Amino acid sequence: MADVNAKSVLTAPIFQNNPIALQILGICSALAVTTSMSVSLVMALAVIFVTSLSSFFVSLIRNHIPSAIRIIVQMTIIASLVIVVDQILKAYAYEMSKQLSVFVGLIITNCIVMGRAEGFAMSNTPGMSFLDGIGNGLGYGFVLMVVGFFRELLGAGSVFGFTILPTVQNGGWYVPNGLLLLPPSAFFIIGLLIWVLRSVNPEQVEETEFKMKENSKPQEAV
Amino acid sequence: MAQGNNSIKKILIVAFALCIVCSVIVSTAAVALRPTQQLNQELDRKTNILNVARLYEPGMDVEEAFREQITARVVELETGDYTDEFDPETFDGFEAARDPATGRTLSGDRDIAGLSRVENYATVYLVGDEENPDQIVLPIRGQGLWGRMMGFLSIEGDGNTIVSITYYDHSETPGLGAEVNNPRWQAQWEGKEIYDEEGDLSPAIHLTKGGASNEYEVDALSGATLTSNGVTNMLQFWLSEEGFGPYLAKFREGTEPEDAENTDTDFEDGEGA
Repeated sequence: MADVNAKSVLTAPIFQNNPIALQILGICSALAVTTSMSVSLVMALAVIFVTSLSSFFVSLIRNHIPSAIRIIVQMTIIASLVIVVDQILKAYAYEMSKQLSVFVGLIITNCIVMGRAEGFAMSNTPGMSFLDGIGNGLGYGFVLMVVGFFRELLGAGSVFGFTILPTVQNGGWYVPNGLLLLPPSAFFIIGLLIWVLRSVNPEQVEETEFKMKENSKPQEAV
Repeated sequence: MAQGNNSIKKILIVAFALCIVCSVIVSTAAVALRPTQQLNQELDRKTNILNVARLYEPGMDVEEAFREQITARVVELETGDYTDEFDPETFDGFEAARDPATGRTLSGDRDIAGLSRVENYATVYLVGDEENPDQIVLPIRGQGLWGRMMGFLSIEGDGNTIVSITYYDHSETPGLGAEVNNPRWQAQWEGKEIYDEEGDLSPAIHLTKGGASNEYEVDALSGATLTSNGVTNMLQFWLSEEGFGPYLAKFREGTEPEDAENTDTDFEDGEGA
């Protein structure tokens, strides 16, 4: 993080330094909430809200946070914001909050939020931290939307609840893939997404830690 | 970063100030948004009742449909008669169960649904004509695998034939136990009968593995034995004489449940069988 300018702070986390695809953080909630696009969208907005504001407030008081209790201070701020989000959702998007159920509360344990508060906001100005929070929230949201798109389209034949591929159950022709509605399918999609992102940006590929030996042939072993 | 930050005094000040600020923010949000949330819950409850009565269509005006078609009454469970002691709009069975005046503790062997305390009164929802309802919607609750399951059961006006069942609050495993709300599973309940011909108040309806073979059996949820047991147990409990048994018996015998004013004179009518 050598050059801290507004534009790179905001846009870098979306593709180049994506919190899910490159840092592999926040996978758990990405598996759980991406069965449909509208739920993914609400979850993404909630995370953007929490990451940006928690980074902002942590950064605001960063010079007064005793290092001995800094994690607890960050957690308290994050937890308060998450409760506020949860209350707002229950009041204005009740159906959505029922579908998201515990996963809004679990934003508290989303490593992205914690990671940005500890890794960026503790050593940068409030304005930058706010943008960094939005950027990382967008990066998280981007992955959620892509995963949600494929899971809803192939698993339920619709996008945002609108039928694209009429399913057999509703008298159409498309046999939906039930696996895509279950959490493991998100692993496959996130894995493929990481492959695509790293093919486009080869510098994201980590150096090999060790080299496998070539397969020995059976007759050599005897 | 200032070195003085790690003195005990500073730590306490920061921790205390942060707690105050955060608790004010959290409680303000909770208190300010509660009325809207309760409105949502109310709407959700009404939608669920309409849904279990097979009257719900997406996009309909829930409040109006509810007002036109559904009457809520409070029933005294022991006698099966209506009571005017409580306002059905505000009566909360779960709260009533905890109050010693309106609830009772269940002893271990009678507490098959895992409730520990049960209310003496319950709200029922009558669909159509109040005197001669098309359907009766009963609130049910009980222990599932992971926690309490809250739902509604709708029964035809004969007090015996099931229309549908739905759970509006549960924490069962998605894909297994949570299939209690799968419309295809719910559809199996239509036309099932609660009581067999023996005429007592013990319900015959239960979930069974390997396919339902008669009108008292419903196919259990595959991969969710404990949730299925929970559903069977709560039906066995709520439809027995501990629950809505006496009330439903009156519909089966064709004697309507009495209004509160008449309970003293015609009390014996519903007690037969």
